[in-house]
Amino acid sequence: MTLWIWLLIACVLAYAWKLVGYFVPAKFLEDPRTSRVAGTMTIGLLASLTVVNAVVSGQGLAADARLGALAAAAIALVLRAPFLVVVIAGAGTAALLRMLGWN
Amino acid sequence: MKLLASPAVKVGISISIATGLYGVSFGALAVTSGLNFWQTMALSLLLFSGGSQFAFIGVVAGGGSGVAAMSAATLLGMRNGIYGMQLNALLRPTGWRKYIGAQLTIDESTATSTGQTDPDEQRRGFWTAGVGVYLLWNLFTAVGALAGSGLGDPKQWGLDGAAVAAFLALLWPRLKGREPIAIAVVCAVATVVAVPFVPAGVPILVAAIVAAVVGWFSHGRRDEGLEPDVEPYGDHGHHPGGARLRGRGVRREAGRRGAADPEEGR
Repeated sequence: MTLWIWLLIACVLAYAWKLVGYFVPAKFLEDPRTSRVAGTMTIGLLASLTVVNAVVSGQGLAADARLGALAAAAIALVLRAPFLVVVIAGAGTAALLRMLGWN
Repeated sequence: MKLLASPAVKVGISISIATGLYGVSFGALAVTSGLNFWQTMALSLLLFSGGSQFAFIGVVAGGGSGVAAMSAATLLGMRNGIYGMQLNALLRPTGWRKYIGAQLTIDESTATSTGQTDPDEQRRGFWTAGVGVYLLWNLFTAVGALAGSGLGDPKQWGLDGAAVAAFLALLWPRLKGREPIAIAVVCAVATVVAVPFVPAGVPILVAAIVAAVVGWFSHGRRDEGLEPDVEPYGDHGHHPGGARLRGRGVRREAGRRGAADPEEGR
């Protein structure tokens, strides 16, 4: 139940961000720092989420099949594969490594 | 027929199909992260921003709290505010169009619109990609959620590996040049260092703070990381980089115009 509440708050705040761009006078958002921070935060959050999902397990670090998924995804991206192919490469590699006994 | 002759509409449709399809991966990952069908659909229908949706379920999957999931999704949504400002200067929507357009303001619709130079094409590109992605993204989220709930053990199918790949794929197109790579590395290290000391989900917020501080105090490109994560006009080989640069130019110009004379961009 509490997950629902935080989920709906996230939805409201996401829409609020989007509306801000259309309704706040441009001069409030002109400070180049605002767009800088929005951009660097996007990079930082996605990098962090990648790492957390690849090597974090609870409150520790773990080297498991997810590392293989990370490598496979990177190779797919270097080869300019589309998003869905990258995701499938990640899943397939993790599944395969588990089948071979590396958890 | 006439509409289909518009380059922006064509690009908008192909972007909608490509993006909509990967809604399958979001839907499947969301239900295996512990969300139910309607929670998954609420994220696609109401939150509607791929990166933030993946962030929300990524934190939940890692055992993070609802507050941490909400915070990560919200911080990642900040760039949509900047896109909204650019689109408002470019398209000048009025009345109800602002409220609907705001919900459709995402990487894909922004990139399709700002890649065009003609104002009518910019408008068509935004609405085609916005509405198209919205419909297909939600349709395929539902397909993925229904398929995902019948999968049994998600690890057996490597779905945790799929999440890793999805985040790397969202990050990848933003890593152009030395500075964004440096930011990504610093934030990745900050995350790993924070893991043993704070509850699950919080290391992601620590990284967000580090990234914000770097952005605030350093002087780099003002649109670093704000390249939408799609290149609707790139990679066709005819004019290498041409469309991308044009798109960027338009966006910068729109910002300047908005600054000098709010009525001009029409």
